[in-house]
Amino acid sequence: MRRPGRPGPATPAARLLLPLLLPLLLALTATGCSKPGEEAAIPVPQAVAVGGASGTELAAEQILRAANGAEPETLDPHRATGVTASNILRDLFEGLTTEAADGSIIPGAAESWTVSEDGRVYTFRLRANGRWSNGDPVVAEDFAFGLRRSADPATLSEYSAILYPIENADAVVNGRLPPEKLGVRAIDDRTLEIRLHSPTPYFLGLLNHSSTYAVHRPSLAKFGSKFARAGNLVGNGAFRLNEWKVQSHIQLLRNTYYWDDANTTLTEVWYYPVESAESELNRYRAGEFDLTYTLPNRQIPWLRKNLAKELRIAPYMGSYVYGFNTSQPPFKDNIPLRKALAMALDREVIVTKVGGAGEIAGYSWVPPVTGYTLQTPEWASWTQEQRNAEARRLYAEAGYSAEKPLRFQLLYNTETNHRRLAVAMAAMWRDVLGVETEILSQEWQVFLQTRRTKIDTQLFRFGWIGDYDDPYTFAEILQTTHGMNDMAYSNPRYDELVERASREGDAAARMALLEEAERVMLDDMPVLPIYFYVTKRVIKPWVQGYEDNILDHHHSRFVRILKH
Amino acid sequence: MLRLILRRLLESIPTLLILIAVTFFMMRMAPGGPFDTEKKLAPEIEANLRAAYHLDEPLWQQFGRYLWNLARGDFGPSFQYRDRTVTELIASGFPVSLQLGALAMLIAVVVGVSLGSLAALRQNKPADYGTMAVAMTGISVPNFVVGPLLVLVFAVYLGWLPAGGLGEGSAGAGGWRNLVLPVFTLALTQVAYIARLTRGSMIEVLRSNFIRTARAQGLPTRTILLRHALKPALIPVISYLGPATAGLVTGSVVIETIFGLPGLGRYFVTGALNRDYTLVLGIVVFYGALIILCNFLVDLAYGWLDPRSRE
Repeated sequence: MRRPGRPGPATPAARLLLPLLLPLLLALTATGCSKPGEEAAIPVPQAVAVGGASGTELAAEQILRAANGAEPETLDPHRATGVTASNILRDLFEGLTTEAADGSIIPGAAESWTVSEDGRVYTFRLRANGRWSNGDPVVAEDFAFGLRRSADPATLSEYSAILYPIENADAVVNGRLPPEKLGVRAIDDRTLEIRLHSPTPYFLGLLNHSSTYAVHRPSLAKFGSKFARAGNLVGNGAFRLNEWKVQSHIQLLRNTYYWDDANTTLTEVWYYPVESAESELNRYRAGEFDLTYTLPNRQIPWLRKNLAKELRIAPYMGSYVYGFNTSQPPFKDNIPLRKALAMALDREVIVTKVGGAGEIAGYSWVPPVTGYTLQTPEWASWTQEQRNAEARRLYAEAGYSAEKPLRFQLLYNTETNHRRLAVAMAAMWRDVLGVETEILSQEWQVFLQTRRTKIDTQLFRFGWIGDYDDPYTFAEILQTTHGMNDMAYSNPRYDELVERASREGDAAARMALLEEAERVMLDDMPVLPIYFYVTKRVIKPWVQGYEDNILDHHHSRFVRILKH
Repeated sequence: MLRLILRRLLESIPTLLILIAVTFFMMRMAPGGPFDTEKKLAPEIEANLRAAYHLDEPLWQQFGRYLWNLARGDFGPSFQYRDRTVTELIASGFPVSLQLGALAMLIAVVVGVSLGSLAALRQNKPADYGTMAVAMTGISVPNFVVGPLLVLVFAVYLGWLPAGGLGEGSAGAGGWRNLVLPVFTLALTQVAYIARLTRGSMIEVLRSNFIRTARAQGLPTRTILLRHALKPALIPVISYLGPATAGLVTGSVVIETIFGLPGLGRYFVTGALNRDYTLVLGIVVFYGALIILCNFLVDLAYGWLDPRSRE
């Protein structure tokens, strides 16, 4: 779903402009904050007293205006792939389970469920008062049909791999079995049975992914491929789609048929597609948005100083790493060399001076995930001097020296922040080891293709944002046969541990297997960890109920606008 | 007249065909496809996607299919906006770009021609130097600098005007206030060009014999300028105006990105980045047709301005 390679602004205009534009904007804003005497001249919004006298008084107008990154490609829950579409779909639809404001899993369209002894059969009890946005009741067959449609290769769902834990899903998605063979069954209008091919502890978390949503069968039959457009779309979420003007806005109105409508406060939600992080920040500051989608990194120091109360930076379940191509020289079968490069990077400098958004220095692949112990290697606790010394030793062991320096190519996808980091890394390697790094960037689609060859690369940028709150969404990628394993990493021991974990029913034992797998992998160092992602945005003080969580999933039904 | 129109129409067909062919094959030569995603697709789904968009056919067959559909007015489905056709997208983006571009061009012509004439009349005097200095600045300072500066000053600091969008979701949606900054930014460069063009040709015209005759007859400067000098002086401006107008009304990527406006320019760029073959082709064809139309209008205007060119 996510393209961590392209967080936020992606138009070439923006790419071209930002480097040119930023110094100017900075100069303009910096004069205001660096000289204390001049601060009054720049009208920085001061903390406004929100919520009236009690502090909880609601505004008369309950409308949320959110900037939302790139324009969603579609709002068909089974064909949508981007983060920005998912953000809107969470308001328009509700899965069998859903999330509270803090991201924890709570009952959604299903009010309760039971799990069989062997952990392979889930039986869901749907709500008696579940309604579509046109008033029709939500029945179990809607979900069974939705899951089958999502898995059906004819639907052209690009994210159906999320369904693989369900019995026969793999075969259905790959066209070996008809969709009817998928392990789902509506027992009666309110009872749905889902059979899994093996126990999947994170299965309930998958059920709030849009690939598992139900669809309103009559409107799909009536409108076909146009069923997800304004005027046609019928959902079962707290809001309904009222208007969609491409590249301008998407307006949602309250779905009064929603089962928990009594506890919904907002009457309207507006999502605006904005590709440029600078533009969205300006529009936020001009009062046009209540919250932004992201922030330009270089504005963050200014924001810390001037809008500290509105700035929200929180851990995000994503890993920013570089991948070694382990099938080609110079990194093939050369673990000491990979480790030398990994240790010679001063991550504290990277996160404070290059990233600057409060990223978390990373020494492993799986980011902080619920129930998982972060697998930090021993050298992470050393000082940078110790790491550099060890890096030099390993570098020499790998057969390189000042006379015979390592020369290789580093590849990243064109984007300002990636470039800044690549340059900083090359400088660190040069200073510590004397490595000569050639830095090369490619536009995203080209970059993906190059990376996938597993031949034309040596060291390349790699990033991943988890699809669900479980280490497996990271662990599976490094399996030998996984489609995203562009590192060409292959260790039978790792494969075996991950495979065993995927079949393990006991949650603690499963985590232990995945943790062990990561230790094995880190010892081979096919990836070069750099940092763990954070979410970064500014949000107006009157927006209540918008809580940070590691998946960055938000549901507008919990949001309220205070008087301001 | 009718013959001229017909001839132009026939002439434009091969031009457009070449344009389509070049764009079509260049797009396909670019590495990376519309369905390349980070997460590798299941082979069955990728095959189905390619079949749904006819990408599994030989290239020449796809080209033929595209031309055939185009001849029937169908630009095809967009690859990127999955539920929409290119025709729909152009229909929704063009009015925005048109409004923006037409307003900017109108302002640019009125202000540019006035400033240019003024400079020509006061040649080598402070008014001339002042006007031309402003014009030079307008040309040299790119609009991606002017735009955000204006936003910072007038929207963020002063709060007089909106910072972007068309005002959707707030009071006064679709009002003129949302257009002030983008139109001004867009017009600025054009004002500068037009002022310089007008000044140059106006100086030349003012030196010609028929103006000297008019002066000798004692006509007032205003009459000379408006009735006799302006028309011939505008010819170079008009020939510049054709392609410039086509360029403006089909959308300025930079302005639309800075001000968050839903115009054609943004579609074009996001389309190219996402390998949205049909969307990019559609906009190129549309743009090409528009340039041909504008050039034709320019030729008609020549005839009106300069009787000699009617032959």
